Amino acid sequence: MTVLSVRGLSVRFLMPGGRRVAAVTDAHFDVAAGECLALIGESGCGKSVLVSALLGLLPANAQAAGEARLGDLDLLAADERTLARTVRGRRIGLIPQSPAAHLTPVRTIRSQLQEAVAQLTGVRGRAALRSAAEEAAARAAFPADHLDRHPHELSGGLAQRAATALALVGEAPLLLADEPTTGLDRDLVDHTVDELRRHVDTAGRALLVITHDLAAAERVADRVAVMYAGRIVELTDAEAFFGTPGPRHPYSRGLLQALPDRAFTPIPGMPPELGDLPDGCAFATRCDRAADTCATQPPMTATVACHHPYVPEDSHA
Amino acid sequence: MLELRAVTAGYDQRAPVVRDFSLTVEPGEAVGLLGPSGCGKSTLARVAALLHRPDSGTLLLDGEPVRHWRHRAPREQRTAFGVVFQQPRLAADPRLRLAHLIAEPLHATGRRSEVPDRVTELAATVGLTPDLLTRRPHEVSDGQLQRACLARALVLRPRWLICDEMTAMLDASTGAALVAAVETYRSTTGAGLLAVGHDRTLLNRWCGRTVHWEALQPPRAPEASQGPSVR
Repeated sequence: MTVLSVRGLSVRFLMPGGRRVAAVTDAHFDVAAGECLALIGESGCGKSVLVSALLGLLPANAQAAGEARLGDLDLLAADERTLARTVRGRRIGLIPQSPAAHLTPVRTIRSQLQEAVAQLTGVRGRAALRSAAEEAAARAAFPADHLDRHPHELSGGLAQRAATALALVGEAPLLLADEPTTGLDRDLVDHTVDELRRHVDTAGRALLVITHDLAAAERVADRVAVMYAGRIVELTDAEAFFGTPGPRHPYSRGLLQALPDRAFTPIPGMPPELGDLPDGCAFATRCDRAADTCATQPPMTATVACHHPYVPEDSHA
Repeated sequence: MLELRAVTAGYDQRAPVVRDFSLTVEPGEAVGLLGPSGCGKSTLARVAALLHRPDSGTLLLDGEPVRHWRHRAPREQRTAFGVVFQQPRLAADPRLRLAHLIAEPLHATGRRSEVPDRVTELAATVGLTPDLLTRRPHEVSDGQLQRACLARALVLRPRWLICDEMTAMLDASTGAALVAAVETYRSTTGAGLLAVGHDRTLLNRWCGRTVHWEALQPPRAPEASQGPSVR
């Protein structure tokens, strides 16, 4: 069952001097219940803007177009009152980029969880709130004996679990995780994404993970969307992407080859400015397969937007 | 040769973050120091880069003991090091354009005449295009800013490079590009490297030798591991 359906989502920032920055262009994807979609790409490619657009948290100089359906509601057309009262926390849970910065520093985890429970659920009364908060902590594997601590007294991993517990309180069918593993070491990354995966598998939630950490994406995702210069250039099955036959878009292939356990070679050059994108394929200047046809924008086929993608037979070409 | 002998360091003498730590880096050698978050490896990197005075122990630079740290270190010792930190935003003056950021060590050491040549050369080395050099930090991405921070670390042609989680914030391609730039510099100059990080795969691939924090340092009680997160 599809939980989130995004069609033709574009976000433009209007800058001083009439400049326009194309942060997200024509994004199409679905996320179903019990499924995890990982959105990967270099920093600054528009991933986080896409998340902000879904939550209605874009700054005032941004314009969003297209459609993002969550059930019968179009998130892009909804007004702030609807988003604040029925969507954020209730229908979409956000797992933030930096949990330590997201938590309120002057209050204990217990107090923050109780507030979230009181705001988002029908639970009333001190004793009931207390036990509901403890249940919420347990669901994210947050240890009960740390509930009376303040955020600065928690390690990175525990702060992450506290933020996850808060995101789960409203029983939202869709979870958005924006770079949930930045700055964590490998063991904690594995642990964090395994827990996210558990919420997908056991509670049947839909999960959209934004990350530049390819190893984390491989561990958690069912499907992968690769974003480059504001466009989704490849959207495919995670197993095929990370295993054989491998990615089909030259950019995706380059990203994987840059990993230290693969070729460890960077993609030459740098991504283009989002305010000054070429008419054709934005990756052409860095692509060793580029040809004259790349001066036009490649259409998205079944899984890839490229004029000459790798096909499974020539994976060594 | 860069030698740390029985170094104990931290922010509270009663609870040192690093205890009795010894490590040697030969000229031209790349040593990776692998440890989990919060273990004290960044503090050690700061001691090795003359940025933090240890409570006890010795730091030998080519056989010469280091007596002064930070701004009190003699210039020839201070400028022998190039340091790259994890978070470029915290390591870059927001008022400086990238070209000035890269040239700052030349200005600070009275080598102004070298600025135009060195900045152009290093921008190419780290993969920064000329239009980026005229921007300030808030106008570039983390990856682009970290490229500038690496160029700044290389501008005085240091004999030792200390990279503390240099690629942790970056995507795979930018990380690989920065490591390649460091290795190109080392192969032409013979500089030694101490790369501190938590990514085993990365350090094994990058460095000739990887040492594990736990092997050089007995594990501490969990309470103490909450220590200040210093970069």
